Amino acid sequence: MILDSRIPDGPIEEKWRIWKDHHELVGPRRRADHVIAVIGTGLAGSSAASTLAGMGYTVEAFCFQDSARRAHSIAAQGGINATKDYSNDGDSVQRLFADTMKGGDFRAREGNVWRLAELSTAIIDQAVAQGVPFNREYGGLLATRSFGGVLVERTFYVRGQTGQQLLLGAYSALSRQVKEGRVRMHTRHELLDIVICDGRARGVVVRDLVTGEIRPFPADAVVLATGGYSNVYFLSTNAMGCNVTAVWRAYKRGAGFANPCFTQIHPTCIPQTAEHQSKLTLMSESLRNDGRVWVPRRPEEGREPNDIPETERYYFLEEMYPRYGNLVPRDVASRAAKHVCDDGLGVGPTGRGVYMDFRDAIAQRGGREIEARYGNLFELYDQITGESPWDVPMRIYPAPHYSMGGLWVDYTLQTTIPGLFAIGESNFSDHGANRLGASAMMQCLADGYFVVPHTVTDYLARLEEPHADPGHPAFAQTRTVVEERLARLLAIDGRTPTSHFHRELGKLLIDTCGISRDGAKLKRALHEIPSIRERFWADVKVGGDSVSLNQSLEYAGRVADFLELGELMCRDAVARDESCGCHLREEHQTEGGEPVRDDEQFAHVAVWEHAGSDVPAERRVEPLEFNELKPKQRSYV
Amino acid sequence: MNFTLRVWRQDEPGSDGRFETYEVTDAASDDSLLEVMDGLNDRLTVEGERPIAFDNDCREGICGACSMTIDGRPHGPGGGTTTCQLYMRQFDDGATITVEPFRARAFPVIRDLIVDRSALDRIQQAGGYTGVNAGPKPEPNSNPVGPEEAESAIDAAICIGCGACVAACPNGAAMLFTGAKISHLGHLPQGQPGRYTRVQDMVEQMDGEGFGGCTNFGECEAACPKEISIRVIGQLNRDFLVGVLYHPRNPRGGMKPQ
Repeated sequence: MILDSRIPDGPIEEKWRIWKDHHELVGPRRRADHVIAVIGTGLAGSSAASTLAGMGYTVEAFCFQDSARRAHSIAAQGGINATKDYSNDGDSVQRLFADTMKGGDFRAREGNVWRLAELSTAIIDQAVAQGVPFNREYGGLLATRSFGGVLVERTFYVRGQTGQQLLLGAYSALSRQVKEGRVRMHTRHELLDIVICDGRARGVVVRDLVTGEIRPFPADAVVLATGGYSNVYFLSTNAMGCNVTAVWRAYKRGAGFANPCFTQIHPTCIPQTAEHQSKLTLMSESLRNDGRVWVPRRPEEGREPNDIPETERYYFLEEMYPRYGNLVPRDVASRAAKHVCDDGLGVGPTGRGVYMDFRDAIAQRGGREIEARYGNLFELYDQITGESPWDVPMRIYPAPHYSMGGLWVDYTLQTTIPGLFAIGESNFSDHGANRLGASAMMQCLADGYFVVPHTVTDYLARLEEPHADPGHPAFAQTRTVVEERLARLLAIDGRTPTSHFHRELGKLLIDTCGISRDGAKLKRALHEIPSIRERFWADVKVGGDSVSLNQSLEYAGRVADFLELGELMCRDAVARDESCGCHLREEHQTEGGEPVRDDEQFAHVAVWEHAGSDVPAERRVEPLEFNELKPKQRSYV
Repeated sequence: MNFTLRVWRQDEPGSDGRFETYEVTDAASDDSLLEVMDGLNDRLTVEGERPIAFDNDCREGICGACSMTIDGRPHGPGGGTTTCQLYMRQFDDGATITVEPFRARAFPVIRDLIVDRSALDRIQQAGGYTGVNAGPKPEPNSNPVGPEEAESAIDAAICIGCGACVAACPNGAAMLFTGAKISHLGHLPQGQPGRYTRVQDMVEQMDGEGFGGCTNFGECEAACPKEISIRVIGQLNRDFLVGVLYHPRNPRGGMKPQ
C-alpha cells in the first residue's frame, strides 16, 4: 500500500491554488458521458452530487433513507466555522488552521487543514445564496458565536439546527439537479459492496431496501459520503441507521483505514436513564457559551441543585481551565466530566452526570436572549427528560458522537483505491485526534462543494479507459459475494436477536476504547470481541427473506461489520502507545490528566491494510510533517 | 408499565391490512414508544414472526423519518413532537395504544407502518430551490436581512418534511409542507428571483401527486411537530394568486391545446 499524500509543492497558502491551476479538465460536452456514483446524501454527499451534476456530469446518488433530506447531517446543531472575522476579533485563515491543528493535537495533515480553513468563507457565501436562513444581528448582518477550543467568534448558526438548514440547502440544490435529470436519485438503497475492475473502483452493488433487488451500478468514479461509525458503541448520538458498511466494504477491498481509534466522545449529551435506551441525544456544544458546568463539592450530595449554595458548587472547568473555562475542547471537557464522576461527585440517578446551569446567564442576559439562542434546545431537553432547564440545571454526560478516523485519503480525497473517493466524516483527513466544534459541517461542505468536484474531474480526465465496462466479470462476481453474504446471515437462524450482540459490543467498547483507554483493558477487549463475533455468526436470528423489505437483515449486516471494526479500533488503540486528543491512554497523561503525546514515535497517521480474512490487518504509517506550526503540548489552562 | 399495542400490519402495497394486538410488559416510563417497539420486534423475531416494519432514524425529532399515527393522531399525543419523541410516561399504565401508518392517498403503504412519501420530494424538485451552483458568490453581508425577516424565514424553514400535516388533513393536503418552503424562500432576498414561478410549479406538482386542497381545517398546524403556522398557507395562496395574475409562467400568452 502506497501512502502518498500528494500535497502540492509551494507555500502552504498557495498549495490549493497551485493544484487547481494545474489539474486536468474534462470538456463540458464530455461530462454527461461520465457517470459518478455518490453514496450518501448528507452534507458531503448532497453537496458533491449537486455540484458534480451542476458541472454537467451524470450522477447516480444513493441513500438508505426514504428521502435524501433525512441523512444524519440534519441533526447537527451548533454551527459552522468560517474565518469571515465579522466580529473583528482578529480571525484569519492562519488562526482557524492553527486552532484546528492544535485542537486535533497535531495528528492532522497540514496541507489539508489549511485548505479547509481557506475554503470556510466560501461555504457561508454558498449557503446564503441557497437561502439558508442564518441567524442575523440587529441591522441584518450575519450573526456569529464562539465555540469550544477557540478564542474568537467565528461560528455561524441557525438557532440550534444549523445542520438541518445547511443540509436542506444542499438537498434543494440536489433536488434541482434531479429535476434537471442530471442526478438519478435512488432512495431506500444501501451500498453493499464496491466493484473493483483492474485495480480501479468502477461501480457499486446496492440493495433496493423495498424490493430486495441486488443491482450493480457501473460508474467511472465512486464517491463515498457515508458518515461516521460512532454507532459501533451501540449508544451514541448518531441516528439508528448510521453504519460503517460502505467504508468497511471499501477497506475489505483494499482501501486503507486511517486512525480507527480516533473517536470523539462529546461532552454535552443527555445522560442515559433507561435500560432499553436506543440512543443518546446531543445537546449542542453552543450551550457551553452560556451554561456553567458544575457538580456539588460534596460527594453524595442529597440536596436539589437549586438549594446548593454558590460556595458548595464546584465549577470544575472554570477552576481547572481559567482561560478557556467552559469552552475547552470536547475531549478535555469529556475527560473532566468523567473524572469528577469517577470521584463520586456525579449527579442524577446513575451518578454519571454533571450540571449545566443557565441560572446566571438568564439573570445576566435576560430570558429573551437565552430563548433566542437556545429555545429549541431547552425544549428538546424538556421533552426527553421531563425537566425544564429554565427551572433546574440540565444534566449532561459525554456520549460517542463523531469519528475522526475513517478511510485514508490523499490531498485529492482519493483513497488508496484509484477512483474511490471518500468525503466528509467517512474520511480521516482534517481533524487529527480530536475535532473542534462546528468543524464537521465545514469539512463536509468544503469537500462536497469545493474539493471533490475538482479532484474527480482531474481523475476522470487522466483515465486511459474513461468509462466503466459493465460487462467486466467483477460486476457479476461482486454481486455474487453480496448475495452469498445475505444468504449466510439468513441461514444462521439462531436464537438471539442482532441487538443483543450490538449492545454487548457497544458496552465493551465504551468501557475499553471510550473516553480513556489503557493497554490491559484494550487487550481484554481484543480477546472478547472475536468471541462475540463468533457467537453472532453462530446464533443470530435474522428472520424473513432477502427478496423483500427486511429491516432485520439490514441491521444484522451493519452489526456484522461493526463487530469487525470494533476489533480494528482496539488494535489501533493498543498500537498507538501515546495519548493524543481524544485518544487518552491512561499510561500517558500528566498529573492533571492531560494527554501526553509522543511525537518521536507517533507523529504519523496509522493506516490499516486488510490482508485477508484469516490474517491480521497490517499497520502502515504516513509520517506527518509540521512546517507551519511546531507541535507543542496542548494547554487550555 | 404494561401496555396493549394495536398495530397495523400490511404485507405489501395494495394488500389488505389488519390490526394485530401485542401485550407489552415491564416497559419503563422513560422508554420511548419506539424503544418499546424495538423490544417487541426482538421478541417477534425470536418467536419466528415477522417484526413490525417502521421508518425511524435520528430519534431526536429532526430527520422526519418516523411517520406513525398514534391513537388517531399523527405523531401521537402531546403536540410539538415526532413519534420518536413519545415516551411511555405520556400514556396511562395499562393503556391500549393504537399504532397506524400516516394515512393519505398520496402516501401509499409500503409495509406495515412504512409509507411512501416520495411525493414530497417531487414537490421540492418542482421548484423548491434557488438556482445556484457551487462557485464564487457575492459577500453575504452586502445583502442584509432584518432579524425579523430572518426569524420568519426560519420559522418556516424548520419543516422536517415528515408529512404529518398531510396525514392530519381531512383533505390530505400538502399545503403546510409546500407553504413552508414558499414562505422560507419568500422571506429572503435570495428567494425573490423566480418566486412566483416557483409557487406555480410546486402547486402544480402538489396537485398532480393527488394531494387535496386546503379548506382551513387547521389540523395540519395542530399536528406539525415543529408547530409551523398555517400562516404559511396564506402566503402560498397569496403568492400563487399574484403569480397566476401577474407572473404567468408563459408570459407571451401561449395557450395549451384543448
